[in-house]
Parts: sequence; structure tokens; C-alpha cells
Amino acid sequence: MIAHSIFFYIFSFVAIFSAIMVTVSKNTVHSVFFLILDFITISCLFIMIGAEFLGMIMLIVYVGAVAVLFLFVVMMLNVAQQKKQWFSSIGSSKHIPLGVLISVIIFFELIVVIGGWKFKPDVASLMSLSPNAEISNTHSIGNILYTDYIHLFQLSGMILLVAMIGAIVLTFRKRSGLKRQSYFSQISREREDSVELMDVNSKQGVDIDA
Amino acid sequence: MFDYLNIIFLETYKILFLLVPVLTAVAMIVWLDRRVWAFVQKRRGPNVVGPFGLFQSLADALKYLFKEIIIPASANKIIFILAPIVTMTLALIAWAVIPFSENFVIADINVGILYLFAVSSLGVYGIIMGGWASNSKYPFLGSIRSAAQMVSYEVSIGIIIINVLLCVGSLNLTDIVLAQKNLWFIIPLFPMFVIFFISALAETNRPPFDLPEAEAELVAGYQTEYSGMMYAMFWLGEYANILLMCALGSILFLGGWLAPIEVFPFNFIPDFVWLIFKILFLFILFSLVKAIVPRYRYDQLMKLGWKIFLPMSLFWVVITASYLFYFNLLPGN
Repeated sequence: MIAHSIFFYIFSFVAIFSAIMVTVSKNTVHSVFFLILDFITISCLFIMIGAEFLGMIMLIVYVGAVAVLFLFVVMMLNVAQQKKQWFSSIGSSKHIPLGVLISVIIFFELIVVIGGWKFKPDVASLMSLSPNAEISNTHSIGNILYTDYIHLFQLSGMILLVAMIGAIVLTFRKRSGLKRQSYFSQISREREDSVELMDVNSKQGVDIDA
Repeated sequence: MFDYLNIIFLETYKILFLLVPVLTAVAMIVWLDRRVWAFVQKRRGPNVVGPFGLFQSLADALKYLFKEIIIPASANKIIFILAPIVTMTLALIAWAVIPFSENFVIADINVGILYLFAVSSLGVYGIIMGGWASNSKYPFLGSIRSAAQMVSYEVSIGIIIINVLLCVGSLNLTDIVLAQKNLWFIIPLFPMFVIFFISALAETNRPPFDLPEAEAELVAGYQTEYSGMMYAMFWLGEYANILLMCALGSILFLGGWLAPIEVFPFNFIPDFVWLIFKILFLFILFSLVKAIVPRYRYDQLMKLGWKIFLPMSLFWVVITASYLFYFNLLPGN
């Protein structure tokens, strides 16, 4: 168990450190890289508690897709690097009271949520089933997700679809004067449409614009 | 405590036993690529260093090793140096789950295929980091192209993997190979194999989809500012990724280490040799495509990925699932 706990502490230390660095680092691109490091260490922690499916999905979805988009946005926006030292502008900033207010509210909300946390009475009996059972956790997640929670699952799928369509509709602009390639019109072009034989009289030429 | 040390030594030994051949193979495969490419175009290719030019890659590696590493003054140094390391590391750690025979695999994990998919989707970071940290226009444009391309084609590769998983009922790579004992998946899922092959070309930035480093437009894309050993590491990582994709293709569709027919001369050949044969076969197809097909335009590439491959593979998921369900062939029943 020693090696296990050593790795656990390494991963959790890196996770917390990089989470702090996300907010503290001055370069926004560095923040995103720390966020990615955070995602990776958290998926390592998932794997350590035996939830290998969740860990891998975390890697594929968050690191492989979401963080790439983050990185793109941050790189493209080219946010001016903050030259001032951290903490140096505390006295002059007018946003500090608002920030303090919001963090106090979130802090008390967390206290309320965690303080009122109760496990459902049948959790203990369920816990003895899954971790050491014969079936892998991919199977057990599938068994639950596609039977008991199928309606919620489908509903979240619908919400994502609506969000996706909404985002496309909001950002889609039809530009005029754009040349697009149409395979169909390319293939269906006949000789008669494009080539014409003409008898050209000497010294008169032919009017090609007609 | 000694138990841990023992395990660590054993695992290190196993990893070296796999990685040294893989790295050698990557060097050889570069030579093979150039030879095949040359033969298609009626040239000789590298044939001077060593027998048949076999040591050409070695000579190239030595050359890269002794060249100066130049880091641009305005580059972000840490990320600039990290980028080739990330590319190389990700290309190599993926080999941990590739089964070379029923018992020879370093990490026989439950979610092997997801691991491979995750590692290959992380591969895009080496390119983005390299392109951004160079602090130069061409590398940045190249890395943006490459990232968009890899993210798009990953989607269709993921759905193709779902097709295979429907027939297997397990995410373990060994199980996937064993499920093909009677019938390789290339036969029932042939269209998926074709789409997988083309998507793998795009995923590894191989011609005809090598737009990230289209030399006519972008100098060399994200590698423009790299020199010496760092460039060589990008290069090695790229070829290790290609080999990995070939290995994934042969495991998913060509029956992994299984012999085509279980009769005397075939089953006498050891398992890992079959896998190597299949990887080489796919790789030679890769290099033939490189020699034959001209480069795609970027909008055509995106159109192919999103408007043709994605609907096709989704449609095939429906067909596979309905077929298996109707004939009661679903695994796990």
C-alpha cells in the first residue's frame, strides 16, 4: 500500500498545485496548460480508485477536445500579458470588494452543501457490490446508464444537441460572393454546356462576351 | 520494499524489451518509407549507406545529433523544448497496451482501446505547443490546421472503434483480437476499414493530408523553427505514431497476432511475427498512398471528415447494431 499512497499524494499535490497555478500564472496560455495538467492528474486519480473508464473518458473529452478549444481561443484572442506583479494592484483595484463578496457567498454555499451532505441509506450496501465485482466498471456504468437513468441520459443528450444547434445558428453567417466547389455541377457538366464551335470570319473575330 | 523494487526492475526490463525494438523499427521504417516512395516514382531512394542503404536513418540520426539546437529569441523556451518531448513520449507510451501475443503485453488493462484513443487524442498537444511557442506565423498556422484536422478525424475514428466494440463486447485489446479467431473484422466491416485507413492518414498528418506541413504554403508548418535533435524527435514521434496507427488497424481489423488460417506452415510462425507482418503491410500501404495521391485542399479535407466519414460511420454503427441485435449475435448475451 505504500507505493499506492505515495502515488496518491504525488498526484493530489500536482492536481492542487496546478489548480492554483491556473488562477495565479500571468500568462493565459500557461494557465490553460496548467488546466490540462490538472485534468490529467485528476484522471490519474480516477484510475487509482479503480474507475478506469471515467479516467479515460476524462482524458478523451476534457483533455482531447475541450482543452484544445480553450487553448485555441486563448491563443487566438492574444490576450495582452499582464505585466503587473500579482498583489501589487490590490489597493487600486475597484473589483476587489465584488470578488470578496462572491467568494464569501460561494464559501458559505459550500459549507451548507457539505454540511448537509447525507449518504442515501442503501449506499453502503451498494458499495460492497461494485468495486471488487467480476464485471468491469464500464459494464456497470452502462448497465445503470442505459436502464435506470435512460430518460435523464437521453434528456442530457437532447440538451447538448439543442445547445450545439443554437451555437451554430448564432454564429453562422452567410457570406455573399463566396466561391464554393460543387462536385455535382462539376460532374454534370456536359460538352454542349461549355464548348461551342464557331466559324470565325477573317479580320472580324468573335464576340466572346455574348 | 524489495517486492516493489523487484516489480519495478521487472517492468523496466519488459518496457526496454519493447521500446528498443520499437525505436529501431521506427528508424528502419523511415528508410522503408523512402525506399517505397522512390520505387513508385522510379527512383533509387537511399541506397548508399550500408547494405541497401539500411543504415541511412542511423547516419541521419548522427547528423541531427551533432547539429546545433537553435531556440528563437522570442520563443517561449519551456514550451518550445517541451513540445517535441511531449510528441515523442505520447507516441511511445501508447505501445504499453499493444498485445504482441496472447501473453506478451506490458499493461493488459480493461480499457486498452480507450487508452490508445486518449493517447492519440493527446498527440495534438505536441503540435499546438510547438506551433505556438515558436512565436512565428507559419508554425502557428500549421499547428492550427493540424489541430483542427486531428480533432475532426478523431471523431470518425472513435465511431469506427465503436463498430468494432459492438462486435467484441469488451474494451480490452486482447479480447478484441481473440474475438477475431474465426473471422477477421475486415470482412464484415470492410467499409469501416477503408474509412479507418483514410482517417489514420489524416490523424498522423500523412500525405495526402499533410497540410500542417504543406511546404508550398507553410514552409514546414509547426516544425519550421526546430533544428537538430528537437526536429529529429518530432520526426521520430511522427513515425512512431504512424506505426502505432498501423498496429491499431491490424488489431482492430486484421486479427492482431492471429494467423490467417490455423494450419501447419502458418501457425508455426510465432505470434508477434504475424503482427509485425500486418503492421508492415499497412505501413507499405501508407507509403504507397504518399507516393501516389496528390495533396488535398483544406476545405476538401474538412468536408471529407465531417460530411462524409462521420455520417457514414454513424450509419454503419446503426447497421452493425441492428444486425447483431436481429440475429441475436450481441456479445454478452
